[in-house]
Amino acid sequence: MAWLWNNLDLVLGLTAEHALLSGIPILLGFAASLPLGWIASRFPVARGVLLTVFNVLYTVPALALFLVLPGLLGTRVLDELNVVVALTIYAMAMMLRGAIDGFGSVSPDVLQSATAQGYSAASRFWRVQLPLAGPVLLANLRVVSVSTVSLLSVAALIGSGGLGYLFTDGFQRYFVDEIVVGIVFTVLLALLFDGVLVLVGRVLMPWNRRVLAGTAAYRMPKRDWVGA
Amino acid sequence: MTFFLEALAFIADPANWAGPVGIGARLGQHLGITGLSVLLAAVVALPLGLLIGHTGRGRALVIGVTGAARALPTFGMLILFVLLGIQFGFGLSLGPVIAVLVILAIPPLLAGAYAGVEAVDRVTVDAARAQGMTEWQILTRVELPLALPLVVGGFRSATLQVVATATVAAYVAQGGLGRYLIEGLRNQDYVRAVIGALLVAALALILDGLFALVQRLVSPRGVSRGAMRTTGSTAPRPSRTRGATRTPVTEG
Repeated sequence: MAWLWNNLDLVLGLTAEHALLSGIPILLGFAASLPLGWIASRFPVARGVLLTVFNVLYTVPALALFLVLPGLLGTRVLDELNVVVALTIYAMAMMLRGAIDGFGSVSPDVLQSATAQGYSAASRFWRVQLPLAGPVLLANLRVVSVSTVSLLSVAALIGSGGLGYLFTDGFQRYFVDEIVVGIVFTVLLALLFDGVLVLVGRVLMPWNRRVLAGTAAYRMPKRDWVGA
Repeated sequence: MTFFLEALAFIADPANWAGPVGIGARLGQHLGITGLSVLLAAVVALPLGLLIGHTGRGRALVIGVTGAARALPTFGMLILFVLLGIQFGFGLSLGPVIAVLVILAIPPLLAGAYAGVEAVDRVTVDAARAQGMTEWQILTRVELPLALPLVVGGFRSATLQVVATATVAAYVAQGGLGRYLIEGLRNQDYVRAVIGALLVAALALILDGLFALVQRLVSPRGVSRGAMRTTGSTAPRPSRTRGATRTPVTEG
C-alpha cells in the first residue's frame, strides 16, 4: 500500500482520465441508442437491420476494433478517438436492445390514451413513453456503464487506457501491488458511476423507487459481457 | 486503406498459414485455449446453473457473480494472475491465463443455464410433476430441452468473451492470434496489427454465427421462437411466478 500513497497523484490522474474516456462513450452511446431504439421498436424491418449491424460490430473483440478503426477513420493508431469511438459502438450495441425493450414495455393502451388526451406525437414521446421506459433504460444503462469502465483498460495496449496503464506498467516491472491498485480503482470507479446513475434515476423518476430496486436483478440479453 | 489490402494479401497467401508460427498454428492455439477454457468453465457452471434454475434457490448468487464479473477489468486480472503465477514458480506458463479465462467464462454459462431453466413455464413443470416424473426426470427431460437455446446462448457469450480475452492474453503469454496484434503494436508495424485484428474479428464472427445456428437448431419444435424470447421482455409474466410466496423476478 506504500506504493499507492507515494503514487497517489498518478493513480488519481489516471482515474480521472479513465472516468473521462469511459464516461464520454457511455453518455454518447446512451444518447445515440434512444432514437435508434425508438425507430427499431416501431419498425420491425429497422429493428432487424439495426440489431444485426450492431451485433456484428459488438462481436468484434475490442482490441481488434481499436486497431481497425484508424484505417477506417483516418486517425492515428494511438489516437484516443479510436478508443472513444470503439467504446461508443459497444455501448450503443448494448444499449440498443435495452432501448427497444424499454420502449416496447410501454403498453400501447397507455400510448393511445395519451393520443386521445391530445398529446402530439413529440410530447407523447417526451412526456409519456420516455418516462415510462425510464426504469428499463436505466437498468440497461447501468450494465453499459459497468462494462465500459472495465473494458477501457484494454486500451492501455494502444497507449490510452486510463487505469489500464497500471496493468501494462505493473507487468513490465513485475509489480503485483500496482496491478491490484489498478483493479481496485477500476472497480471503485465502476461502483461510483453506478451510484451516480442510481441517484440520477431516483431524482428523475421518483415514482419508481420500488421498481428500481428490483431492476438490478439479472436479465439476460444475448450477450452482455463485452469481450476484452 | 492500403493497410487493409496489405493485411488481406498476407492472410490470403497460403505460405503464411503453414509452419509453427503460421496463421494455422496460431489459429489452432487460439481455438485450443478457448475450447479448453470454456469446457472447464462449463463443468463448474452448468450443473450449478441448472440446479439454481430448478430449485429457484441461490438466485442472488447468480446475480452477484454476474454483476461482479462485469466490473472486473479482464486485462488487469490476466496480468495479475500471470504475475502471481511467476511469483509462485509456474513461470510464464499458460496455466494462469487459462485460469482467468475459466473464471471469465463461468458467469455467462451460469446465467445461461439458470435463466434457461428459470424461463420454463412453471405450469409445464407442474404438469410433468403431476404425471409422476422424478425431479431428475423433470430437469433432464422437460427443463433442459426447453432451456437449451438459452444454455447455448450462455456458451455463445462465454466463447466470444474468451476469444476476445485470449487475444489480449498474447500480451503476457505466447500463442494465439493475438500475437500478430501485440507484435505489430510493439514494432509499430500497423499492417501486422491489422492482420491480427482482422483474423480475430473473423474468428469471433464465424463462431458467433455457428452458435446462432446451433441455438436455432436446438430450439424444440413446438416452442415458437417468440415464446422462447422470455428474457427479452420486461413485462412480468404469469408463467414466471412460482406460487404466491415467491415474487417473480423483475427483469430488465
